[in-house]
Amino acid sequence: MEPMEKRSVSDFALPSASSTTQPVPASLAKALSRLRVNDQVFHSITRVAAFFVLILLSAIIGSLIIGAAPALQKFGFGFLTSERWNPVTENFGAMAPIYGTIVTSIIAMLIAVPFGLLITLFLTELCPMWLRRPIGIAIELLAGIPSIIYGIWGLFVLAPFLQAHVQPFLIDLFGNIPVLKTLFAGPPYGIGILTSSLILAIMVLPFITSISRDVFEAVPPMLKEAAYGLGFTTWEVVRYVVLPYARVGVIGGIMLGLGRALGETMAVTFVIGNAHKVSSSLLAPGTTIASTIANEFTEAVGEIYTSSLIALGLLLFVITFAVLAAARYMLMQIERRQG
Amino acid sequence: MSDATASMSGLYAGRRRRNAIVLTLSFTATAIGLGILVLILGTLIVESFRGLSMKVFTEMTPPPGADGGLLNPIVGSLIMTVLGVFIGTPIGILAGTYMAEYGRYNKVTHVIRFINDILLSAPSIIIGLFVYELVVAPMGHFSGFAGSLALAVLVIPVVVRTTEDMLMLVPRELREASSALGMPKASMIGNICYRAARAGMITGILLAIARISGETAPLLFTALNNQFFSLNLNAPMASLPAVIFQFALSPYADWQRLAWVGAMIITFAVLGLSILARTFSGSRK
Repeated sequence: MEPMEKRSVSDFALPSASSTTQPVPASLAKALSRLRVNDQVFHSITRVAAFFVLILLSAIIGSLIIGAAPALQKFGFGFLTSERWNPVTENFGAMAPIYGTIVTSIIAMLIAVPFGLLITLFLTELCPMWLRRPIGIAIELLAGIPSIIYGIWGLFVLAPFLQAHVQPFLIDLFGNIPVLKTLFAGPPYGIGILTSSLILAIMVLPFITSISRDVFEAVPPMLKEAAYGLGFTTWEVVRYVVLPYARVGVIGGIMLGLGRALGETMAVTFVIGNAHKVSSSLLAPGTTIASTIANEFTEAVGEIYTSSLIALGLLLFVITFAVLAAARYMLMQIERRQG
Repeated sequence: MSDATASMSGLYAGRRRRNAIVLTLSFTATAIGLGILVLILGTLIVESFRGLSMKVFTEMTPPPGADGGLLNPIVGSLIMTVLGVFIGTPIGILAGTYMAEYGRYNKVTHVIRFINDILLSAPSIIIGLFVYELVVAPMGHFSGFAGSLALAVLVIPVVVRTTEDMLMLVPRELREASSALGMPKASMIGNICYRAARAGMITGILLAIARISGETAPLLFTALNNQFFSLNLNAPMASLPAVIFQFALSPYADWQRLAWVGAMIITFAVLGLSILARTFSGSRK
């Protein structure tokens, strides 16, 4: 046997079988060696599969870089800062999709985070025990609905509703206030940045809720009981005991939701309007990285066009990778604290 | 003295008021969240009811203005989902096995877990681009096989995660007992650990199926779409999500109606799967 490494107890099955002092009959020895070979083969196969996960990620990054290379070589750093998107002259810049992606995600988070935390507060502190499970499951079902369903619902239900009732109201309300005027300028299209943000908020809500619920429930009951014993109100317990204790986990959950929002494709593609321009108005149509790729990739003709879309994909991957890595790091820290 | 009590009770009233406001808000937020779920499912049922008939399951996608159903996308979705699961699940289970049984204390397992978690929530459209670069571009045409591969890439991280988590929950005593009986490690994993973790692992596979059956983005430029009935994995293949995407954004009322029907089929399939997965994992506890 090779020298001892770090092993778990269960690694010692075979050596103990072969280290008996009795001479082993040939047939048994054969059977044992076959078992050992099987064992080693299985071990190797699982190791290959595990390393396949690593290879998969590197292959994804590698293929995106190779695919994006022609566009990046042609446009250089200007690809990030240019707003042009002209398939005819083959002149591409990623500014409008980047802007749309970031703005829709941020607005979505601004809506979904308070909502998610309030729902979590309800589920962990207020809700009667028998109702917790059903409501929790219902909220998580929201997470299971495929994104294309949110898209079709957003296009046929939410957008017309916003166009008819909410957006004219917003335009009237903010029409004369200096800064807000530009945010709500233009005709009520129905589809656009604001509608996309709302759909994203609805989609991200269950992620934030379910993670912060796990984190809230991990707060030691003793801490909460002590605070209640001192005469804290429910809100004060959540504000001064639960939230500080759960902060890292909640932020991790929010980042995870942000990762989802940044990369969400279908729901946004339905309702954003696909206009390659940076517009200061939230009511105007825009585009995001993912929806640009979804809309144009199959119709892209020519190397530079395809390559520019793949470069957008690379950009999206880099952004979400950073956000998700930060989220996982934070969530890992809270797991470590729990032991 | 009375001043102090007055200000104290004023302070207390303020605290109670803030508490009441936040609690009301939290109640409202929950009601709105549930309301949205009801609204989405309600719209889906009402809208799809108008287009629902037996033809949906027996006829192919029609040209605009004609009668038809969703047979080819339903079959296409089933084929690609099944194939995706068949390719992705073994890799996922084996990788999860390595992480929980062989390399539990290795540094590299931590790295793999981290990378896997990233893959788990990576945008699915990126996976589509990846498979396009890997398979579609070299082959020169879109194919159902490429679509299945894209779905398989989405299955792997889900299965890895649940397999590892579930194997971690298998009590160490079980492993020690089987090792003490002289069982080789591979048989121990197959006969003891997998059996103990079976319910959880099946839950993971069901969740993976639920996830990929609604995926659209990775299919758009791998399997593309197909107006005709085709079982050929080497040719473009229709799928429900892709057809919904095409039909919903079209200006034709009958196409839009079919899109709603397709949306309802997918939603209820996915919700059914996740409820099934939940009862599976719940029945164990």
